[in-house]
Amino acid sequence: MKQTARIISTYTADVSGVPSALFELGGMVIMHDASGCNSTYNTHDEPRWYDFDSMVYISGLTEMEAIMGDDEKLIGDIVSAASELHPEFIAIAGSPIPMMIGTDFKAVASVIEKRTGIKTFGIDTNGMHTYISGASKAFCALFDGLCTEKKEKSDSLCVNILGVTPLDFSVNGSVESMKNALIKRGVNVNSCWAMGDTLDSIKNATRASVNLVVSLCGMELARKMQEKFGIPYVVARPCGEMLTDRICDDIKLSAQDGENRFTCIDDADNSNTDIVIIGEGIYAKSLSAALRLEKGVSARIICATENCSVKFGIGDAIARDEEELSELLCNAMVVIADPLYQPILPKGARLLPLPHEAFSGRIFRSDIPDTTESIEIIASQL
Amino acid sequence: MFKRIGADVSDSGARVKISDASFPSPFESGLEYGCSARGTWNIVHTGMLMPQAHEIFVCASGCLRGVVLTAAEMGASHRFSTVEIREQNVLDGDMEELIVEGVSDILSKLTPKPKAVLLYTSCIHHFIGCDLPDVYRTLRERHPDVDFTDCYMNPIMRKSGITPDALMRKQLYSLLPQSEKDERAVNIIGNNIAVSKNSELYEICEKAGFTLTEIHDTKTYEQYKAMGKAFLNITTNPAAVKAGEELQKRLSQKHISLMQSFNPEDIKQSLTTLCKELDAEIPDLDAMQKKAQNALSNARELIGDTPITIDYTAVTSPLSLARLLLENGFNVKAVYADSFTQNEKKHFDFLKMHYPELDVIATVHSKLRVLPRVTAFKTLAIGQKAAYFTGTEHFVNIVESGGMYGFSGIVEMCSLMEQAFVEKKDTRKLIQIKGMGCSCE
Repeated sequence: MKQTARIISTYTADVSGVPSALFELGGMVIMHDASGCNSTYNTHDEPRWYDFDSMVYISGLTEMEAIMGDDEKLIGDIVSAASELHPEFIAIAGSPIPMMIGTDFKAVASVIEKRTGIKTFGIDTNGMHTYISGASKAFCALFDGLCTEKKEKSDSLCVNILGVTPLDFSVNGSVESMKNALIKRGVNVNSCWAMGDTLDSIKNATRASVNLVVSLCGMELARKMQEKFGIPYVVARPCGEMLTDRICDDIKLSAQDGENRFTCIDDADNSNTDIVIIGEGIYAKSLSAALRLEKGVSARIICATENCSVKFGIGDAIARDEEELSELLCNAMVVIADPLYQPILPKGARLLPLPHEAFSGRIFRSDIPDTTESIEIIASQL
Repeated sequence: MFKRIGADVSDSGARVKISDASFPSPFESGLEYGCSARGTWNIVHTGMLMPQAHEIFVCASGCLRGVVLTAAEMGASHRFSTVEIREQNVLDGDMEELIVEGVSDILSKLTPKPKAVLLYTSCIHHFIGCDLPDVYRTLRERHPDVDFTDCYMNPIMRKSGITPDALMRKQLYSLLPQSEKDERAVNIIGNNIAVSKNSELYEICEKAGFTLTEIHDTKTYEQYKAMGKAFLNITTNPAAVKAGEELQKRLSQKHISLMQSFNPEDIKQSLTTLCKELDAEIPDLDAMQKKAQNALSNARELIGDTPITIDYTAVTSPLSLARLLLENGFNVKAVYADSFTQNEKKHFDFLKMHYPELDVIATVHSKLRVLPRVTAFKTLAIGQKAAYFTGTEHFVNIVESGGMYGFSGIVEMCSLMEQAFVEKKDTRKLIQIKGMGCSCE
C-alpha cells in the first residue's frame, strides 16, 4: 500500500478522539502538540466548540523543547493552568513528535497529579491512528482512574451506553433519541460515555447490569468492564424499530445470563450484494442489520477505521486506503457513505449520502440523519 | 454536563494595560486555546493561489485531517492529495521511498497532470532527518514535466527562525524562473488577500505606466511564471518580507518593503518611497490625507463613544489602527493580540505613553476559553476574534487588512466601521468560515 489518497478525506485522528470523548465531563484535556491539532480539533472534529467552554488546549510544543526533552515546560504549564481553572481531572494526549521523542505520558501525568492533587491521565496517542483508538483509550483511562470499585447494582434494568462522541453521533439529537428508545423498551440508562451525562454518573458506571456498545470507541471499555467487574455487553447501535427491539431483548437476556451479544452481527453471507455501507464498523453493521430486518435488503460493510478486533460478517471488509477501498467498491451499485467518498465510486454506482462527522467534519453536518427510530431516510432511497 | 466556570476566573495574566505591557510579547507562554474565529488563511489556502498547481501533503493522519478538510471546504479537493505517514514509516526508515512512491502514485492518477506540485512535508521529516534533497531530485528525474517545490507543515518550527506562515509565502514564489526583466512590470508579493485595485499603489503605478501584478491576477501557470519578469517586488505584509528578500537574491528582482499601516506618516513615507523607486511623480498626499481625515470625522460622528476593540487577525498593523482611531477621538478600549511585529514598535511606544489605559488582551491564553464573552454596552469590533471575545454582532469582518492600503484604506476602513456600527451581523456563522476571501479555483 502506498498510503495515498488522491482525493478522499481522512478520518479524525486518535489525538482528537481523546478530547471528543472527555469534552463534557469538566476536565482539562491537553494535546501535546505544536499547533495544528488545536485548529483541526476545534474546527473539524468538535461541533460543541462554539457553545460550550470545555477546557481543551494544546501545549504549544516547540522544536527546542522537543530536542531538549523539556517535559518540565509541559508539566509547569499544565499545573499553572489547572491551579487557576480547577478542572475535575486532567488528560494529556500525544501527537507525532512526542511519540518520536518517546514522551512518557504516564510519568508526566503522575508528576502533574502529585503537584496538583487532580486525577491525571496520560494517553499515548500519536496522531497516526483514528479517533476510535483515541476515544477508546480516553474512556479506558477514565474508567481505570475513576471507577475503581464495584457499586451496588441498580434495582432496575439499566445499561451504560459506551462509545458516544459527536464524531459518530453528531449533535443532531441522536443521543437523546437513543436514550429514549431504550427507556421506551424498559431499559434505563445508567450512564452515557460520554455525551449528555455527568462525571458522577460515569463514576457510578458499575451499577449497570449490561453495557451497550454503540460504536467501536466503546469496545475496549466494554471488555475492560467485563474483565474487571463481570458486566456483559451487547454490541449494536439502535437503528430503526426492529433492530432496537432486538437490542433491548438482548440486553435483557445478557442481564440474566451474563453473556455478551453482538446483536448487529449475524451469519448472513453478504459477499454478493452490490450494496455497500462504508463507515464506523458498528454503525455500518447495525444499519446493515436494520435494512435486512425491515426491508429484506442485504448490504455488506467496509469498516474504514480500526475494527478493535471485532469480527464482522461474511463479505464485510476492513479497509482504510483509497486504493484498497476502490477495489472493494468495484462491483458496488449503491454505496451508503459519507459524500466525500463520491469521487472514488465506480462508474454507474449511486451514492446514498450518510454524512459522518468523523470523515467530513462540519461540511454536511446539517444533513446527518438521526436513524435511531427510523431508517426510512436511507431505506426509501434504495 | 456543561458548567460555566469563567465567572470564577480572573483575567490576570491574560489582560494587561499597554502601559504595563512588554514588547513584542506581552504575555507568558503557556497552554494555548484556539477560539472559534476561523477567517484567517492557512498554508492550504495560500498554496492554492498558484494556478494549475496541485498540493500533496505527506503527514500523519492527525496532521492531514485539518488540511484535507480545508481543501474540501473550499471545494478544492481535486487539487489536493495526501500521503499518510504511519508508525512503520518512522521506524523502518523508508520515508524517502514513501514520499517518492506516494507522490508518483498520485501523479499517475491525475488527469491532466498538474503543471506544478507543492509538496508539503512535516515536523516528522525534520526530526528523522529525511533526505529531502534526494526526494526532490528523484521526483524531478521521474517527472520532468512537473515542477516541484518544497513546502512545509512544521508548526513545531514556529519559534525557530522563519515562521511557517512566512515560509509558505516565500515558497509560493519559488517556482518563478529567472527571466529577462521587464522594466515596466512590478509585482506585489506575499499577500493572501490582494491589495485593493483602488489603492494608491495601483494609482501611482498605472499613472507612471507600470503594470502591477499580484498572484491573484494570474489564472494560468504561465501567467504565474511571468511574474518572474518584473524588475521590482513590493511587500506590504511583514510575513511576506522573506519572500521579497529571497526573490531579490535568486532572481535579482529588487524588493521594497512598503508595510501596510494606518498611520498617515507611515503611509506618506511608503508612497513617497514607491514614487522615488519608479521615478514617478509624487501625488498630492496631503489631499489624500484630507480625504481620509474627512472619512474619519464622519465615522467618529456616527460611532461616537461606542467602545471599539481591534484584533490582530483583522489588520496586519493593529497598533497603527488603534493609534489612528484614538488620535481621532474614537473610544478604542482594547487590542486583542498575543504578540506584535517589529514594525509596530513605534506605535506601541506611542500608545504606551499617550494612551496608557488601552488594554492588550491575549487570544490564546488558557483563560480566554472560560472568561465571559459579553460586554455590557454595544461594542464595535474590528476583526473576528475581537467580535467573538466581546460577543458583539457589530463587527468589521476582515482578515489580513482586507486588501486595504494607504489613505484609501483608511477611507475604506471608516466605511466598514460605519456599516458595522449600523448593521448587525451573524457573528457565529461568519467567523467560523475558514480562509475568508479565498476563492482559488
